[in-house]
Amino acid sequence: MLLIECPWCGPRDESEFAYGGEADISRPIDPDALSDAEWADYLFMRSNRKGENREIWNHQHGCRRWFVVERDTVSYAIRATFPMDGEGRSP
Amino acid sequence: MALGLLKSAFPRAGAAHLPDRPSLKPSYDVVIIGAGAHGMAIAYHLARYHGIRRVAVLDRGYLGGGNTARNTAVIRSNYLTEESVRFYRESVRLFRELSNELDYNILFENRGQLTLAHSDSDLRNFRWRAEVNKELGVRSELVDLAEVQRRVPLLDCDPAAHYPVLGGLWHADGATARHDAVVWGYARAACRLGVELHPLTEVTGLEVSGGAIRAVETARGTIACDAVVQAVAGMSSEVARLADIDLPIHTYPLQALVTQPYKPVLTPLVSSPRWHVYIQQTSRGEFVIGGGCDPYPLYQTRSTLDLKEALCRGITQLFPFLAEANILRQWGGITDMTPDYSPVMGHSPVDNYFLDAGWGTWGFKATPICGVTMAELVASGQVPELIRPFALERFYTFDQVNEAGATAASH
Ligand SMILES: Cc1cc2nc3c(=O)[nH]c(=O)nc-3n(C[C@H](O)[C@H](O)[C@H](O)COP(=O)(O)OP(=O)(O)OC[C@H]3O[C@@H](n4cnc5c(N)ncnc54)[C@H](O)[C@@H]3O)c2cc1C
Ligand SMILES: [Zn+2]
Repeated sequence: MLLIECPWCGPRDESEFAYGGEADISRPIDPDALSDAEWADYLFMRSNRKGENREIWNHQHGCRRWFVVERDTVSYAIRATFPMDGEGRSP
Repeated sequence: MALGLLKSAFPRAGAAHLPDRPSLKPSYDVVIIGAGAHGMAIAYHLARYHGIRRVAVLDRGYLGGGNTARNTAVIRSNYLTEESVRFYRESVRLFRELSNELDYNILFENRGQLTLAHSDSDLRNFRWRAEVNKELGVRSELVDLAEVQRRVPLLDCDPAAHYPVLGGLWHADGATARHDAVVWGYARAACRLGVELHPLTEVTGLEVSGGAIRAVETARGTIACDAVVQAVAGMSSEVARLADIDLPIHTYPLQALVTQPYKPVLTPLVSSPRWHVYIQQTSRGEFVIGGGCDPYPLYQTRSTLDLKEALCRGITQLFPFLAEANILRQWGGITDMTPDYSPVMGHSPVDNYFLDAGWGTWGFKATPICGVTMAELVASGQVPELIRPFALERFYTFDQVNEAGATAASH
């Protein structure tokens, strides 16, 4: 069981959190202006990297807030966690 | 006693099934990345039925050491969509004949599979699947609690259970086979026809020019080739990235475990979507137990206590006697999960670069039909009807083949 640092609540058990997908994917401001291919890219295509990744997680059984996690998908190591706007507690 | 007689009574383990690793040639007609069951089946069909024998199968590890070695060998065709049922039905049919096809005993056993209903909505969903299956000639039926008890006497059917069993989906075509034997059988047959197997040969780069694949870079040198098939399971995104191909795939570990052996007491494969667990007794008597993926993506095959506890919690609710069982082995494999729980097969955006990916937690059962259809595609350039629905393009045209409900915890 990992200890994950919620930027608001501090270190908590992994089981309190939910993985929410890759970070830095923003919803297109005007979806109607996109082609089907661009919309599909946004919805489905992911980088799925072996190694360092930026992700969003939710402190589901805690404050229920979303935040960013920098995590290594090989070593399990969490390098940093911070709020969605990039402000707040530094790693 | 003559020494020769002694020798034949105790054949040398692993004797002469496969040739030693050859040296790498500067070019091949077809390079297959990944020497799992899929890669070897495709190579076999190219050589045996399409006369394409200048084929090299490359693996960064050893033959069948990926998910082929790690899967729990559930073979079934009781899916929900017409596209999937047709495809997996054909694979199950080919599995039945595979020992003869390969002249190698894959220990195929038609045990039947029972999926447990713990709620009214499970029952309605199973009725739907049974009707789709029957329409397409797959043997599935909704069965009541008495029938469940008759087929699996050791199952706890107490109505006061946490999630009482109400009935089930009985799939008479459900089966299992020796997973390692499948890849060994294909490899032996393919190599006899001239296919080259190259273990310890990692693919590190792909050379694309003019929109087509030209060469494959490996740790042992660069190979020119006319066509490439990637069949690398959990590494699908990483290998496709070498050719700048985006995939809708996430890599998640899937874990399983095996208990000490017992006398034979459980014939069918049994799964419970509600408990997220499934079980079968091997012909050696051990219980193989599996369930859902790890909760977040990883390229790691490590076992975790959390997941093992979840498997044990679920299975001891269904089969209380297993609380006494010792766990003999535990392991994990990395699975290439797609959003709709269907594979990604066929052409890619790069000419002559073919995808056999997105097999997630359910691809072992598809091995024979992948061999047939992918080889046909590579040889003819035409997409076989059976795999048309699984093209990568479906994500761009929003024609997903949704099997999430029929796949969870049953594989
Ligand atoms: C625990 C577990 C249980 C499962 N249970 C079932 C089940 O009951 N029924 C079912 O149908 N399916 C099941 N599956 C899924 C099934 O195992 C896979 O979908 C299937 O084995 C995929 O076959 P493959 O030959 O494509 O992959 P693999 O056997 O994984 O072969 C891929 C090969 O590619 C190689 N490779 C990777 N990267 C490179 C590179 N860069 N260069 C060269 N080689 C490379 C790897 O070394 C590997 O040998 C399960 C999976 C797991 C992990
Ligand atoms: Zn919190």
